[in-house]
Amino acid sequence: MAREVHGMVEKRGAGLWLTHVFMILGVLVIFFPIWLAFVASTVTQADIIRPPMPVWPGDQLWTNYKNALFSGINVPVGTMLLNSLIMAVGIAAGKIVISLLSAFAIVYFKFPGRTVFFWLIFLTLMLPVEVRIVPTYEVVAGFGMLNSYSGLIFPLIASATATFLFRQFFLTIPDELAEAARVDGARPMRFFWDIVVPMSRTNIAALFVILFIYGWNQYLWPLLITTDPEMNTIVMGIKQMFPSGDDFAHWPTIMATSILAMIPPVIVVVSMQRLFIRGLVDSEK
Amino acid sequence: MEKRVTFRGWMLPLLLIAPQVAISVVFFFYPAGQAIWQSLFIPDPFGLSMKFVGLGNFEFLLSDRFYRASFVTTAVFSVLVTLCSMIPALFLAVMADRLIKGSGVYRTLLIWPYAVAPAIAGVLWLFMFNTRVGVVSWYLGQLGYDWNHVLNGGEAMGLVVVASAWGRISYNFLFFFAALQAVPRSVIEAAAIDGARFWRRFWTIVLPLLSPTTFFLLVVNIVYAFFETFGVIHTITAGGPQQTTTILVYKVFSDGFVGQDLGSSAAQSVILLIVVGLLTVIQFKFIEKRVHY
Repeated sequence: MAREVHGMVEKRGAGLWLTHVFMILGVLVIFFPIWLAFVASTVTQADIIRPPMPVWPGDQLWTNYKNALFSGINVPVGTMLLNSLIMAVGIAAGKIVISLLSAFAIVYFKFPGRTVFFWLIFLTLMLPVEVRIVPTYEVVAGFGMLNSYSGLIFPLIASATATFLFRQFFLTIPDELAEAARVDGARPMRFFWDIVVPMSRTNIAALFVILFIYGWNQYLWPLLITTDPEMNTIVMGIKQMFPSGDDFAHWPTIMATSILAMIPPVIVVVSMQRLFIRGLVDSEK
Repeated sequence: MEKRVTFRGWMLPLLLIAPQVAISVVFFFYPAGQAIWQSLFIPDPFGLSMKFVGLGNFEFLLSDRFYRASFVTTAVFSVLVTLCSMIPALFLAVMADRLIKGSGVYRTLLIWPYAVAPAIAGVLWLFMFNTRVGVVSWYLGQLGYDWNHVLNGGEAMGLVVVASAWGRISYNFLFFFAALQAVPRSVIEAAAIDGARFWRRFWTIVLPLLSPTTFFLLVVNIVYAFFETFGVIHTITAGGPQQTTTILVYKVFSDGFVGQDLGSSAAQSVILLIVVGLLTVIQFKFIEKRVHY
């Protein structure tokens, strides 16, 4: 019975082909901008400034990428990639560490002011950095953290999402485990390291994927606080590669940089697809 | 929900929670407080001292033609981004859901743009529509359409909307696809036996079952359009031409950092703070519902 109905619900024959055609069209349309950027990163400037540019890759791939990575326009793209990597890993690791600790404190202890702290952290959920840029900039400038990694990282780890996720997860850890640990006379931190952290492994990994992309793709904050090109991250550095006057932008270098800027997050998303989707769904719940 | 079993002591938990509280206070509460405080002052013409003006900055903003225009721009922009990212995503998800095999391959291909930063998406779309070298604008020219988003506000808006919606299609697709896969097969099959064709099943059964996801995505996408599209605007139009693409977040930046009008920028931050607050409340109300669901 079920098998006969199946044919009515999932498509077969012509309908199935049509569905594939639609999906392929969708994928092609969505991929088109990336394809074009890739093509532009493999041809010469002369090919581009005489439109229309070619639709198939040229033979300048090696030259353009080498030029971008080691010379760039203001600063070698390799430097910007390194800055982005430090920032993204710093934000992801920093958020995870402080959130694990505070969620553990909130769930496994009753201490004075617990509710107040809980709400203090909760409130930070509400305000993206975009909204408080001027005063946050002043704080960071006051600490002398402009053009530094700590200035790039710290203001962006003040967010409660990760704390909430860990709190939700800790609440599902069976009470018997904590009970047993207490009976055995295990100290809280020992319980934390031996039980809680290993059990949270999947959550930590999923969150790391999401936060890495969040950190890597930051734009406004690095734009404000890194005035020294040596400290630019790749995502904000691309805009700086455009000439301010009426000159032609050097598109092959810019497009090679764009491709380089998307490779790390794309690799992370595609290779850790399962974790990524899980992290995405969890962090929005 | 609370744990029955907890550990004793209060020094250790305070120590554990200290890093997060310290960072929140220094980089979050203090600046937010500063924003509120600064919104009550204007600097004197020499920038030497601040003059208390009460709610003057707010009164000025709300009567300012450009600020009100920016509100309208933001509303139009976020509605368009939401629609342009959700409708194609729903369509693709429905198609992928009809496939027995191969949907995984399409999913892998479709999640790519999510990983692309809004600012990079801006550069990619700027390249296609560039007035001098853009491929798409060149072909439009061949067809007799003179594309120029540098001068034409409508075209500028269209371009930033498409560039902002593009990466979001992946995100919305993932959520719609997951929701579609969760629709009980038996319900669909029962309707099929009763003779309901595909589109009829879609409108009367599937779409209503998707409504929690749809509502959730509506809120999330509006929040995205409001706050996370700065990179797209900054790379493609820088708010122009004639401020036609200056959304509220962009205006906080351009008034505060470019125009150095701190009082006004702070007042704008406070207004945005209220907007975020409202959106968060809506989101949480909804989440409460979904938990019981």
